[in-house]
Amino acid sequence: MTLAGRFRFSAALILLLAAVPAGAQTLKIGISVDPDVLDPVLDRTFVGGTVLRAMCDRLFETKADNEIVPDLASAYSWSEDHKQLTISLRPGLSFPDGEPLDAAAVKFTIDRDINFPGSIRKSEFPPLAGVEAIDAHTVRIELNAPFPPLLEVLASRSGIALAPKATEALGPNGVGNHPPCIGPFKLVERVAQDRIVLERSENYWAANRVKLDRIVYQPLPDGTVRIANLRSGDLDLIEQVQPTDFIELEKDPKLATASAPALGYQGLTINVGKGPRAQTPLGQDVRVRKALELSIDRDAINEVIAGGLYIPDNQFQPPQSPFHAADLPIPKRDVAAAKKLLAEAGAPHPSFTMMTGTSPLNVQLAQMIQAMAGEAGFDIKLQQTDFTTSLDAAHRGDFDAFQIGWSGFIDPDGNSLTSLRSDGTNNFAHYSNPEIDALFDQGRSTVELEPRKAIYAKISTILERDLPIIYLYHPRWLWAFSKSVHGFQPASDGTIRVKDMSKS
Amino acid sequence: MRRFILHRLALLVPTLILVSMLVFGLQQLLPGDPALALAGEQQDPDVIAFIRHRYHLDEPLPVRYLLWIGGVLHGDLGESIRIQRPVLELVEEKFPVTAELTVFAMLIALGIGIPAGVVAAVKRGTGWDVAANAVALWGLSTPNFWLGILLILFFSVDLGWLPASGFVSPWESLRGNLATLIMPAFVLGNAIAAVIMRHTRSAMLQALRSDYVRTARAKGLSERRVILRHALRNALQPVITLGALEFGGLLSGAVLTEQIFTIPGFGKLVVDAVFNRDYAVVQGVVLVTSTFYVLLNLLADVLYAVVNPRLRS
Amino acid sequence: MSADTLAQACVKAPPNPTWIEFKRFVRRVTRRKTALFGLVIVLLFIAVAAFAPLLAPFDPIQGNWSAIRKAPSAAHWLGTDELGRDMLSRIIWGARASLLAGVVSVMIALVLGVPAGLMAGYAGGWVEGAVMRFVDAMLAIPFLILAIAMATFLGPSLANAMVAIGFAAMPAYIRLTRGQVISAKHEDYVEAARALGNPPLRIAVRHILPNVMPPILVQASLTIAGAIIAEAALSFLGLGQQPPQPSWGSMLNSARSFLSQAPWMALSPGAAIFFVVLAFNMLGDGLRDALDPKD
Repeated sequence: MTLAGRFRFSAALILLLAAVPAGAQTLKIGISVDPDVLDPVLDRTFVGGTVLRAMCDRLFETKADNEIVPDLASAYSWSEDHKQLTISLRPGLSFPDGEPLDAAAVKFTIDRDINFPGSIRKSEFPPLAGVEAIDAHTVRIELNAPFPPLLEVLASRSGIALAPKATEALGPNGVGNHPPCIGPFKLVERVAQDRIVLERSENYWAANRVKLDRIVYQPLPDGTVRIANLRSGDLDLIEQVQPTDFIELEKDPKLATASAPALGYQGLTINVGKGPRAQTPLGQDVRVRKALELSIDRDAINEVIAGGLYIPDNQFQPPQSPFHAADLPIPKRDVAAAKKLLAEAGAPHPSFTMMTGTSPLNVQLAQMIQAMAGEAGFDIKLQQTDFTTSLDAAHRGDFDAFQIGWSGFIDPDGNSLTSLRSDGTNNFAHYSNPEIDALFDQGRSTVELEPRKAIYAKISTILERDLPIIYLYHPRWLWAFSKSVHGFQPASDGTIRVKDMSKS
Repeated sequence: MRRFILHRLALLVPTLILVSMLVFGLQQLLPGDPALALAGEQQDPDVIAFIRHRYHLDEPLPVRYLLWIGGVLHGDLGESIRIQRPVLELVEEKFPVTAELTVFAMLIALGIGIPAGVVAAVKRGTGWDVAANAVALWGLSTPNFWLGILLILFFSVDLGWLPASGFVSPWESLRGNLATLIMPAFVLGNAIAAVIMRHTRSAMLQALRSDYVRTARAKGLSERRVILRHALRNALQPVITLGALEFGGLLSGAVLTEQIFTIPGFGKLVVDAVFNRDYAVVQGVVLVTSTFYVLLNLLADVLYAVVNPRLRS
Repeated sequence: MSADTLAQACVKAPPNPTWIEFKRFVRRVTRRKTALFGLVIVLLFIAVAAFAPLLAPFDPIQGNWSAIRKAPSAAHWLGTDELGRDMLSRIIWGARASLLAGVVSVMIALVLGVPAGLMAGYAGGWVEGAVMRFVDAMLAIPFLILAIAMATFLGPSLANAMVAIGFAAMPAYIRLTRGQVISAKHEDYVEAARALGNPPLRIAVRHILPNVMPPILVQASLTIAGAIIAEAALSFLGLGQQPPQPSWGSMLNSARSFLSQAPWMALSPGAAIFFVVLAFNMLGDGLRDALDPKD
């Protein structure tokens, strides 16, 4: 920006500030990362999802308790064979540029999710048979096979309805700067690495649920710094509080805290199928992996790194999910049994390298695993690796064990298929089991709850036997905020819902 | 003199070409594929292939270099893959912030470093020398992130005097601007003070033994006058040269400090870009800061040559 | 950092590096209180690093998970860390990594940089041009970026971090040395040595190198500090000492997350770095002054 431009900009900003009535409610939120491009089809960061949630309504909404309800949609129905989803749209809504929210706009949106070059959303959809506008306010999505997670997909970034004309006018690079969507807040300013400022939308259809005038998101990557900003009053709400800090903040009389069990998991992925590094006792002998699991005390991990706030587990679905297998207890730590298994496997001192992230929590976790497994005879070397490098190594199979988590979905399909199906895009274990593949396909096309639960219970049981991934725990999302913030709803997907929130 | 300057300007060309190649090459040394980093958690192979193609990651290295440098010569520094904005725009946005922070930091560094260096030289080998060393080296031996967080905890959380982080443009509020910059500038300046102090001490020792200082003393001038007017003035020459170089280094070096205080300058931009393998951003920013560095270097050398003709040969 | 211009500031006649000279030199160093103090502290830390197994009261790696982040006490003088390990023992063991990081990095920079600078300055012409353009280019790239790129490329380990830091610090030494050489080249005693028919290598080593030492020592004592801190920064990014082995830098990093709950975790590694850096600089001063023949 030139000097003159800068001046004009500042003048505009001052006018803007003057325009906000006295006593206007501004909520300042500290986020952990600067979001990437805020185009619904391209955004891939968790924080991007948080900011987009404040700006763009979706066809469906995931409530804080994981129930999925219509939002821009007013009603929906499945066909008998669950291959057709018919959605009625809330009547009378229009985009900020005046275009109506109609069936054509929804069709445009879903087509864009799937066809936009480089769309991150495409992989969330199964192959579709078609999207059809039945009338102005009714749209039908046709599937080749039933797909239970579809509503969840339409409640995520894929379901953000965009105004067709405005989107075309903005061009492929412009949407991220001004997503032409319907939402409680609109983007007014973004300075990379510094702040994202949203302001209340005019003529919003659910205006009674919008109580704030402005929201300012500030990316602060350092957790201690986020807390310092909250305590000094520079921020009103912070996300991604570290467990040890959370326990301390709970005692602060000036602050409030909230938490929600996460949908995802933290685990140890073991290379069982790709390249020479899979050809080790750990990669080849299930007894060695079982011994590794038996050497780990999940409760101790939870106590030391998370002050007991996390949820130790041995499955990909968290215990609150109906798809969490009931009769698959967490194996208790048993060093003697682990040693015995290692002796049976003929590898009393298996040695391997564990690739781990660089965050303090990752490093602490890795050192605990190293120490505990060491008592059973394992010799683990730690290798702190930045995320991009580790992804590359994971794809190439150039690792023995990889400590990596998954952010999580409500539907069990989203939490397991891509990381465990033999052709899964995230199958870093390089695990290949035809029985599991078939079960995944069944799980995807089964609609009834009870039979579907049985399928995923079976998957979890097989995984506990094969151990391509040793699941360790489900984290908990932790927030802290000023006592003047009201109406905060902790949600299992970890995003912040600013609708209904207010500040006194 | 003009020939000297022209000669030095001509040398800039191969230096900058080398810089561009080094920056480009260093990026390629980094393991990890930007397409994987930017493809999202699902790692969809179609997305990965698309990113590789769109950003020419599937082309051979020399071709990519030529594509990039060709753009640079036309004033196009490329586009950030992560946030899809032209790098030039980002540079224009961040440069004033980093430049202001750097100027403040430098003022603080000189403010601490020069007096400490003078005291250490004049009182060489005494407790004053040790104390001055300790004051200056304290900055060098304290990691920026550590000092930064402690300052925030004290001045923002306990006392509530200063905003904990963020940046306010001086056009918006001069007061707010100073309030947000004082802590990061101190953290940065504190670290450089040691370097300034050490070299000031060295140059002062040299100057104090020189003939003109002896002459000044012989003339019966007060010791204070001798030190400040005669010795220091001469000793400052190399220190100011060094200051110019450190200034250039600071333009891109405030990585962790910017991160702690959330100052939206080059440092934060570059580190994030390195870890996301957002090549165009790293290359663009480093190229711009390197050019400034090289120019400052040149300016310092020219100034020095003006006062010391022997160097022009 | 630093410039040939700087080098101009501190040159003069060459001391003859003979045994007697050396003894006189040692006496000169040890006569200075501050230098002696620096030397004693440096030796003390080296001794701590060398005898770590005997000195450390606890195992630096084995932690007690039921006593994490405990404040300093009679049993744990400096408290315990996030995995219940004794901080004092980790500081003692960490001295190995941190001193190595400091000293080895500087050695690498010296061993590569000084000969290159000597060569550039002495040879002149296109050799000098090529070397100096390379140096300018490297100096223009931010130190940390250079070190991160190198360390990421070499892979995360303490040894690789030292190589990366040393390599990134090298250009400053080339520049400094070359500047000294250029100004010394035309001094009378060098001209005389050349007139007497001494070979260039002999002139470079016997007559020019000694002149280069004072500013190099100042620079080296500063770089040691820079290298210890850089190791901290690299281990912050996961590129330095790998856990569970301690280094002061990595200890500071883990302390970062607990600054408000367990400030002692940051205090002791911070203090250790400070004292070592101060001591190296005081020693560097002493060496520099003792080498300065005008004194």
